[in-house]
Amino acid sequence: MSETSAGVEIRQLHKRFKGGDHDAVDGVDLSIRDGELLVLLGPSGCGKTTLLRMIAGLEHPSAGEIYIAGRRVDQDVPPRARGIAMVFQSYALYPHRTVSGNIAFPLEAAHLPRAVIAEKVRWAAELFGIAGYLDRYPRQLSGGERQRVALCRAVVRDPQVFLLDEPLANLDAKLRNTARDELKRFQRQIKRTTVYVTHDQVEAMGLGDRIAVMDRGKVRQVGTPHEVYEDPVDTFVATFLGQPPMNLVEQPGGGGRTLLGFRPEHLLPSDHFGDREPLHPIPLIVRRVEYLGSDRYVYGTVEFAPDATVIAKLPANIGRAIPEEEGGRLDFAVPERALCHFDAQTGARVRR
Amino acid sequence: MKRVPLYAAALGFIVFAGFPFYWMFITAFKQNRDLYVGAFDTRHVPWIFNDPPTLEHVRLLFGQTDFLRWVANTLLVIVAVVIITVALAVPAGYSLARLVGRWGGRLGMGIFFTYLIPPTLLFIPFSRVIALLGLQNSLGALILVYPTITVPFCTWLVMGFVRSVPWDIEEQAMIDGYSRLAVIIRIAPRLILPGILTVVVFTFTLVMQEFVYALTFISSVDRMTVSLGVPIALVRGDVYHWGSLMAAALFTSIPLAILYNLFIDRFIQGFTMGAVKG
Repeated sequence: MSETSAGVEIRQLHKRFKGGDHDAVDGVDLSIRDGELLVLLGPSGCGKTTLLRMIAGLEHPSAGEIYIAGRRVDQDVPPRARGIAMVFQSYALYPHRTVSGNIAFPLEAAHLPRAVIAEKVRWAAELFGIAGYLDRYPRQLSGGERQRVALCRAVVRDPQVFLLDEPLANLDAKLRNTARDELKRFQRQIKRTTVYVTHDQVEAMGLGDRIAVMDRGKVRQVGTPHEVYEDPVDTFVATFLGQPPMNLVEQPGGGGRTLLGFRPEHLLPSDHFGDREPLHPIPLIVRRVEYLGSDRYVYGTVEFAPDATVIAKLPANIGRAIPEEEGGRLDFAVPERALCHFDAQTGARVRR
Repeated sequence: MKRVPLYAAALGFIVFAGFPFYWMFITAFKQNRDLYVGAFDTRHVPWIFNDPPTLEHVRLLFGQTDFLRWVANTLLVIVAVVIITVALAVPAGYSLARLVGRWGGRLGMGIFFTYLIPPTLLFIPFSRVIALLGLQNSLGALILVYPTITVPFCTWLVMGFVRSVPWDIEEQAMIDGYSRLAVIIRIAPRLILPGILTVVVFTFTLVMQEFVYALTFISSVDRMTVSLGVPIALVRGDVYHWGSLMAAALFTSIPLAILYNLFIDRFIQGFTMGAVKG
């Protein structure tokens, strides 16, 4: 890594909490490129927040190395000297300070001249459209406004790296979409390295330049949203991403050693595919059909693996005429190119 | 109209809470022959001035007792004890809540238990200690002993309070440019200010009303506190100088009432925050 690049390099990072019997972060190697937005995605307790807090310097790693902009920071560089800014899930605004007082806080801590502080506060507030609220207190603001104040406070520090810990989790669903869009546009505009923690796969897919999927302290896969969705390295990544998740059934004739994986949106009526498309037939026995407006979910089973529930996701314009009664047999198939094979024991992808 | 019972209940409480103050007030300014009426005089109405008010009792209080001296002594003790309590209990409560982890709660409970030992048990061993230190019959004895009550309770109070303030805010300050120490010294006190004010009010109240230790350790009239001097000087044998007693009670409760009203919101918040989360 070159000296000027403001990426983050993580090598063999471990964290075990006092009294814990396993590593919360268990040997993570991660290379976050200069200017990209990397999402740490995983279920709660997977170690993603701990990893973020170690980058911030709020937790000390048990072992391993962290470099920010080429400088090693994990040993003795305190949070304030790491060139980072962080936005907490709770926003952590100072309750007794006004909006402008909150935004000015890191600048005052750096003893900047008052005129410079005022100018920077105004600039940031206008960037996020909260210039009208500068004299209010956090308790007088809505959730979305508080989140913007927290972002303003992060921006004025002019950090090399932004660390965001589920910044949208406390917003209601409606607001979350617009906030996500704003966040993405903002990050494109300032082009700063950003590490974004979330458990929400939609957020991760929509925001991330790349996604690091984490489970039980380990990074399972790093890649673009397209890569981790279409080309998962194991069954965890395959089932964690996607709504509904990827179907996993035992491969017929495989002796239970191999799992067959396919996404619900690829399981469609056979006659829907073109003649030249190589197909893998999956005859589906219907249990229930769920009408969801733009889609229908067909819940059913397959003969060769009767224990597993298989879901097909049909867009409204496909297979309108399929029989929906329980026990009905549907002539469905998955294109060969959309099939994934996994080792039933380890869950790892088997490439052919 | 639905609110009538509510207002009626509120009025009832106002009368209940306000009556002692009213009684204090009229007793302090009544003439003696208006105060001491035989039980047989059924036409006498006790809760109004039957004779014109008088300053006689107030004059007795200020002219013939060391009341102002006691007030000064009490204030001196209060200031000293408040400083000691805040200086010890706030850092202790903060660190028990933030730094120790699992043991913080247990230690906090242990400290709280020491508060439960009543002064009526402790004053005997304390008197030996005070004598050993040569502090008998001096305000120093009270300044030394009162923190044994205030520090444990207030430590526990601050602990509950600190726990209710999210740690995120302090971590944010560490990222925004402060060291851990600077956060403790410059950021945290502002965040737990209501808790600190609660500590001040609690200490103030305790020193104002404490009697057992004062009676044990102070014997000279000019070194007494209000709560000790007033009953000692104004109850002579079986003669109670009710007018002057009530005047003394009135003049000491007015500043207390003002103090409480200034801080009442934060005082209540301090107790409930500690209670719910601590």
